[in-house]
Amino acid sequence: MRAALRLLVAAALVAAAIASASAQSKTVSEETVHEVAVQLRCVVCQNLSVADSPSEMAGQMRAIIRERLAAGESPDAVQRYFVQRYGEWILLSPPRRGFNLLVWLLPLVAVAAGLAIVAILIARWTRRARDAAEPVVVDAAMSERIRREVERGS
Amino acid sequence: MRRLWRWLIPLAVLPVLVLLAYGFRMSPRDIPSPLLDKPAPTFALTTLEGAPLMLAAHRGKVVVLNFWASWCYPGCYEEAPILEKNWRAYRERGVVVLGVAIQDKREAAEKFVRDFGLTFPNAQDLTGTVSVDFGVYGVPETFFLDRQGRIRVKHVSAVTDVVFRETVERLLAETGAR
Repeated sequence: MRAALRLLVAAALVAAAIASASAQSKTVSEETVHEVAVQLRCVVCQNLSVADSPSEMAGQMRAIIRERLAAGESPDAVQRYFVQRYGEWILLSPPRRGFNLLVWLLPLVAVAAGLAIVAILIARWTRRARDAAEPVVVDAAMSERIRREVERGS
Repeated sequence: MRRLWRWLIPLAVLPVLVLLAYGFRMSPRDIPSPLLDKPAPTFALTTLEGAPLMLAAHRGKVVVLNFWASWCYPGCYEEAPILEKNWRAYRERGVVVLGVAIQDKREAAEKFVRDFGLTFPNAQDLTGTVSVDFGVYGVPETFFLDRQGRIRVKHVSAVTDVVFRETVERLLAETGAR
């Protein structure tokens, strides 16, 4: 009887441990941490996100992200915290507003301009080829003259 | 029309060249801190000797907060004697130098402090929280705080004697009613 009770208590403890562990992982999943980390620049690296960098600093930053999310902050609020400390430099993709829009729009403008130039050039080249292909009218006098010149040349 | 085209293409290259000329002259390490003129984030650490190190305890003084690491060579090795010398010279005048070792091993940090005979308080930022709070992205970085606890200057790379003295003198000269 006592053994059975002990077993029951042990089972309850294990169940509670599993429940609390799953509850904790539910509040801050690795994916949520990753979603925030992947948008932040690893400050000690070159062009690596906090999610991708193996450096100690990035590890600490991931821990800070996890901690803040666990404390109930939204992913946006966590991102804002880092922007407040480091400036927009910390964001791997600049926010799409104001002067930053230029970064987003300029490549599109460049591609459009390039396509336009190519279209114009192709149109021009095909027109020239068409012009050149038109048969030249040669009358009798001209062919006679050509024959004479060729003979003289040889 | 043809003449226009002949000019248009080289002219289109011009803005690109100007942009490149501007971009390549900028140092990628020069990142303006959004924390300038803002109250410094508070922190509570423990010094390598085991004493509490709280920023709030130094309100009213000009604080020179230095982030360093024993692996940061040569920058941190150049400035350590300068920080120590000026700490000794200015401590009577209401200046405090605080060192925060980041991403460092305890033994290595202790050896660094011993080797340079540093007498100002040095603590380890084990979690990186203080570093991120101050927007630190490398070592050495030094923050100069005025008497009201605002971050007034952020100095990236080794602090020189001139930078230390000029900045501290300027902050000491302020009456405090800014």
